[in-house]
Amino acid sequence: MAQLEKKRLYVRRLDIPHEETPAKKLRLSKPSKSAALHIDLCKATNSTDALQYLLQFARKPVEAESVEGVVRILLEHYYKETDNSVRLKIASLLGLLSKTQGFSPDCIVDDAINTLSNEKSHQVLAQLLETLLIIGTQLPESPALRLRLVEVAYKHLSDTYFGVRNKCLQLLGCLGMVDAPLGKENEGAGTSLGGLRDVQSIISDYFGDQDPRVRTAALKAMLQLHERGMKIHQIIYDQACRLLTDDYEQVRSAAVQMVWVLSQLYPESIVPIPSSNEEIRLVDDAFGKISHMVSDGSWMVRVQAAKTLGSMLQVSPHFLEQTLDKKLMSDLRRKRTAHERAKELFASGEFSSGRKWADDAPKEKLDTNTVNLIASGACGAFVHGLEDEMFEVRIAAVEALCQLARSSPSFAEKCLDFLVDMFNDEIEEVRLQSIHVLREISTHITLREDQLDTVLAVLEDSSRDIREALHELLCYTNVSTKECIQLALLELLKNLNKYPTDRNSVWKCLKFLGSRHPTLVLPLVPELLSTHPYFDTPEPDMDDPAYIAVLVLVFNAAKSCPTMPALFSDHTFRHYAYLRDSLSHLVPPLRLPGRKQVYGLDSVDSGPGSGSVESAQLFLQQSLNRVSTIQNLEAPGAQDLLDLTTRDLLRLGELQTELAGAADFCATYLRCQLLLMKALQEKLWNMAVPLCLKQNVTATAAAQQILEETYKLEFLYSGLESRQVATIHHVRLQAKALQLVLTARTRQGLDLLIGSCEKFLQDVESFQRLFLTELPHLQDSFVDKLLELMPRLSSCKPVELVKILQTTLRQSGLLQLRLPEQIHRATATIIEPTGESDNPLRFTSGLVVALDIDATLEHVQDPQNTVKVQVLYPDGQSHVIHPKPGDFRKPGPHRHRLITQVYLSHTAWTEPSQIEVRLLLAYSSSSTSLTSPSKLGWSESLESLPPAEAAVEGTIPFSKAVKVFIMPKPARR
Amino acid sequence: MPEIKVTPLGAGQDVGRSCILVSIGGKNIMLDCGMHMGYNDDRRFPDFSYITQNGRLTDFLDCLIISHFHLDHCGALPYMSEMVGYDGPIYMTHPTKAICPILLEDFRKITVDKKGETNFFTSQMIKDCMKKVIPLNLHQTVQVDDELEIKAYYAGHVLGAAMVHIKVGSESVVYTGDYNMTPDRHLGAAWIDKCRPDILISESTYATTIRDSKRCRERDFLKKVHESIERGGKVLIPVFALGRAQELCILLETFWERMNLKAPIYFSTGLTEKANHYYKLFITWTNQKIRKTFVQRNMFEFKHIKAFDRSYADNPGPMVVFATPGMLHAGQSLQIFKKWAGNEKNMVIMPGYCVQGTIGHKILNGQRKLEMEGRATLDVKLQVEYMSFSAHADAKGIMQLIRMAEPRNMLLVHGEAVKMEFLKGKIEQEFSIDCYMPANGETTTVTTNPSVPVDISLNLLKREMALGGPLPDPKKPRTMHGTLIMKENVSFMLVSSEQALKELGLNEHQLRFTCHVQLQDPHSDADTLHRIYTHLKSVLKGYTIQHLPDGTVIVESIVIKVSSSAEDSNTKVLLLSWSYQVKTWTLFLEGLPMQSKPGSSPNHLVIESLF
Repeated sequence: MAQLEKKRLYVRRLDIPHEETPAKKLRLSKPSKSAALHIDLCKATNSTDALQYLLQFARKPVEAESVEGVVRILLEHYYKETDNSVRLKIASLLGLLSKTQGFSPDCIVDDAINTLSNEKSHQVLAQLLETLLIIGTQLPESPALRLRLVEVAYKHLSDTYFGVRNKCLQLLGCLGMVDAPLGKENEGAGTSLGGLRDVQSIISDYFGDQDPRVRTAALKAMLQLHERGMKIHQIIYDQACRLLTDDYEQVRSAAVQMVWVLSQLYPESIVPIPSSNEEIRLVDDAFGKISHMVSDGSWMVRVQAAKTLGSMLQVSPHFLEQTLDKKLMSDLRRKRTAHERAKELFASGEFSSGRKWADDAPKEKLDTNTVNLIASGACGAFVHGLEDEMFEVRIAAVEALCQLARSSPSFAEKCLDFLVDMFNDEIEEVRLQSIHVLREISTHITLREDQLDTVLAVLEDSSRDIREALHELLCYTNVSTKECIQLALLELLKNLNKYPTDRNSVWKCLKFLGSRHPTLVLPLVPELLSTHPYFDTPEPDMDDPAYIAVLVLVFNAAKSCPTMPALFSDHTFRHYAYLRDSLSHLVPPLRLPGRKQVYGLDSVDSGPGSGSVESAQLFLQQSLNRVSTIQNLEAPGAQDLLDLTTRDLLRLGELQTELAGAADFCATYLRCQLLLMKALQEKLWNMAVPLCLKQNVTATAAAQQILEETYKLEFLYSGLESRQVATIHHVRLQAKALQLVLTARTRQGLDLLIGSCEKFLQDVESFQRLFLTELPHLQDSFVDKLLELMPRLSSCKPVELVKILQTTLRQSGLLQLRLPEQIHRATATIIEPTGESDNPLRFTSGLVVALDIDATLEHVQDPQNTVKVQVLYPDGQSHVIHPKPGDFRKPGPHRHRLITQVYLSHTAWTEPSQIEVRLLLAYSSSSTSLTSPSKLGWSESLESLPPAEAAVEGTIPFSKAVKVFIMPKPARR
Repeated sequence: MPEIKVTPLGAGQDVGRSCILVSIGGKNIMLDCGMHMGYNDDRRFPDFSYITQNGRLTDFLDCLIISHFHLDHCGALPYMSEMVGYDGPIYMTHPTKAICPILLEDFRKITVDKKGETNFFTSQMIKDCMKKVIPLNLHQTVQVDDELEIKAYYAGHVLGAAMVHIKVGSESVVYTGDYNMTPDRHLGAAWIDKCRPDILISESTYATTIRDSKRCRERDFLKKVHESIERGGKVLIPVFALGRAQELCILLETFWERMNLKAPIYFSTGLTEKANHYYKLFITWTNQKIRKTFVQRNMFEFKHIKAFDRSYADNPGPMVVFATPGMLHAGQSLQIFKKWAGNEKNMVIMPGYCVQGTIGHKILNGQRKLEMEGRATLDVKLQVEYMSFSAHADAKGIMQLIRMAEPRNMLLVHGEAVKMEFLKGKIEQEFSIDCYMPANGETTTVTTNPSVPVDISLNLLKREMALGGPLPDPKKPRTMHGTLIMKENVSFMLVSSEQALKELGLNEHQLRFTCHVQLQDPHSDADTLHRIYTHLKSVLKGYTIQHLPDGTVIVESIVIKVSSSAEDSNTKVLLLSWSYQVKTWTLFLEGLPMQSKPGSSPNHLVIESLF
């Protein structure tokens, strides 16, 4: 509720600047606010009225300066008020007000504490303690105050109302001293525990409170202490363990957390096992106890327990493996699990014999004494968790399995069967999660054939996410035999046949499968390529995706298996050459006998990888250094050098994909500089305006282009530091100056000029404000000079300003670009539609047709908000569609996948025509990290935001346009 | 001591004919009223004459609760209510009430129409009987009368299966019916809160079994079906109409959906269609997945599963058919089996147990040549698969339920005696609670220790609270003084003694204890007394000790007087007198310099008498 109230306040806060624009007016109205409240409260004849006034008051914000006055009035009224609900409201308002930014609540602490002493109502008492808690958290720097508040909390801990005890415990948890034990005043810190009670033991007394809410609060307070860095005593462990069997779920849930915290603090200490004289490590004991909670009655606790298990990595392997343990029996006879049977079947070399009746017949008779029915300790925790009724628990269990398996290869091996089983879960989310998990631990494991078989069965799933996750998994999987490879290939081809849209994903999967298991592919090659020792077989169709898939597998295997090409037939070599060109990302360069021409250029990236990257890096740096020698823009040869360097960099980017981002970035920057240089170098600057109209036009265009390029530079690349952003803004400023100069030259209207001059000056100011820290780096640059002249600029006439600008622009040197560590260009590739189809998409005009779009985005930050789809119709109409946030998936770091549908519609055409679909990256300069409005506190006025900067918004196309044939037919009557 | 008595009329050390009598707090309750599938004579139904020889059952039973719609739990219901005669309330959950009459009617038809039995209940009787049924909701507390209340919990097993918590005063019994602790494709897992009943009556069908994960079995099942379909074969799945059939339907339906399969799935019509209708309605009783997605699509509205027609069996191409009955002994499933048995591409999957003598049992045991009526033989070439899908809790599940409910005693029914024995031992060992397994007609008596609520007067409570600290410490019991008044027809009252005296119109009597102690002391009486006074004063700090001029010392309410004995002036007689309220009191006279004779130690006497 309080949260809602706060939100409401916040919203009102934001509204104000719009309602009363001049800030001064606001200030005038301030004193009247508390006065108004006072009058209102005095007017109130009964408690209901007073409550109404307070409620109204709570909706409006209060400025930091007037908070204290308001608080005084409220307190005054508080003492007079007899009605509990009004006092409660006042108490809650006090808390709310003390959260006001810029207001230090220390001046009202005394009053707040005083109110406590006379309060009779428990509810109000609880609310007052809450207020104190807020005050306490607002003033973290004052130990004296904390001590006082904690004392207050002690005093009220014995209250009979649970709410008061709750709040007291919360206070202790949030404010209790972390470093020194607390005692009565006469005993200083550091004395031994005798007679002196520290926060922990006081809180732990309430673990046994009669009210479950207080027990929960006590546990939470303890956890809070832990979070604040206090070391929880080990004595608490036993108490926390007892609470695991509490009747109330919230207590149990908190107790699970508590036990976990202690197990992380004291993993190695030894605890006795009750009813025996053995001892085990505490972390093992805790693990066993939490495992037990996985079969708790409440699913919230089960989720909590399952999640917690995942982070207990120090547990002994013996205990860990017990979590997957299940002993089956039937009629008291030992039975093997299906997993064991499958394994044996595999080991005996017998495959899928079909299920026999009584295949699972029980074996040996069990001794009744050894059967342990109630799983003591960790036994079968995950077996339970994975079969739980609620999918939340199952997901938590899968995640926990993943975490544990990543740190323990032997456990990974063991949990494999269970994870594979989860592929068959009824909830897609769980299936997907388990596939992801298996991928994450796949470095530890090798799939057996029967396991692979189960995994591959999922390839027919109708959900694209599942299939792609599975492809991803197969990319990382190790398999043991050549049969496995064959099986995988077969299933993948089946998949390809059933879902042709999976083409790319399947090929990619086979690429990795091939390069991972060259020796297993080798014996399969003749069969795969259907070559025959004596006969020539017919040449397969080169456009068949299945054939390409096979080739991708074989070629990638051949890369590290030099004997393989000998098995190829002639057409295979031809196909290789074709595929190497058309699908170079899937087909690696091969050293083929007598086919040297195939690689030549490619040897660059097939060579020792790291070395070439380094040398490319060096080259990049050298190019930049070379450019930096240009001091004067008008120096002879400077243009050529820039031109050349730009070209070099672009080529470098093509060759060295790791450096593409950096190279492109530099090249674009240099191009901007070049354009600027050209625009300024015009000899015609000194000519009269009417004589050089044409020049003006090119210069204007150049300025415009530079502006666009700077937006690209700023928003298309990720990994920029504020230094680079400053450089980009600097270029933009130059372009704006150029524009201004050009305006001055062409236009006659003085008003317009004055307007744009003002705007430019604003820009300069905001630049200075934004990049104050970067200014030292901008020595001798355009801005540097401008700022020197700033006092003069702001007072002089526009014409004069333009003149100054003109000279400064021409005199200023080239700003050297420093490269950041990692810089990536945001790119997008539209996979679907391919733009190859000749069949137009027919639909009735006036109705809509849905076009499936599938694209991968690389290095796009926050694609949900920035990426849009643009559809361009032949008549020049263009639509921008914003995809739903749910359409974006994140298959890997820095990578996003957009799978969405756009709706097309148009009036009837006489014949089919092409529309263009492309992706846009939207930007708005207000959303840059430097001026994030969300950081503004609610006392800060929004007017401080530069309005000019907030306004710039636009889009950058960042994918190639794809053409789609469509044909809207006229509607039939 | 109050007792709870449990007598199974059926299902005691036996599976089938569930019927259990419970008397608790003076109420008699019948749990389930089932029939035995194995018998066709009187043994089919529970022996109601156990309850009463000639009177009406209504006079002896307070209510009847049916846990779920399986015939071994509700089959004898019309017989009992209409033919034996019972007009009291019958409780069952909504889905059970809906589906139960369908099954009863089916059962009646088979017995009367097919087997030609007479003296059996009629359709009208089923209807009349259902009119007496009061439906229950989950977790709804229903007051049967002023004292008896029942509450239903989810039990899994089949749609609408419930566990019931029966409570009279502070005594309670939980009856589980059949339940399942592992969720399946259409139902969730059984759940109960920590209600700590006096007796937990649990089924124990799988008392000696721990089952493998359901997922493995499901996966195997789906894989088998899928492979067969891909080969172009036909798959026959003989099922009983309700329960497992729906689970398998959901399983196949979702699989078809997931894998984008096109082969048709058929379900033989009749009973099942009606039942499916109710499955669609009672979504709240199903598992999480179905409950969450039914807004978009009700999972029981099958997209791929269609009604079967006799002629479809000859259609070419792959298909899956669910047909009744489950053991291939008659009806449609057998007809289809005969048609398909010859082709090795086809497959039959037996999803449950088959009784000896049925064709199902024969083929499961590997028989490849079957003799049909009319001397014809049938070559079985199709593949035979066995998949067990059963929805009873296994031994671990039962233990888990016990852990959830924390009962004080355990009682096992609905299972075989040998298996129960094992589980009984385990339960007693793990939980250290008593476990019973009565046979039919055998009564188990459990004495309970119910807490009796007593009203306490607020004044008394406040007074006692004021005496000893602000907050009662929940960890320590506290003694308090009061008078318990029991009046006729009024519950107990705990009041202060003054109030009790006032209410009862009695005068207050003072009761004092006195004792004489002999001491050897040469001093005079007054001196002795003074010495005792000073000694006590030094020992008992914090007590008010007065030395009155009339020759007495008063310590709180204890009076001490000294007088010399007649014979020997050195022997002093100490007279101690105290009121009955003084309970614990230690007098330290040991330090007093008395010339007591060795051997006779009067000092100790004083101390002991005063304890």
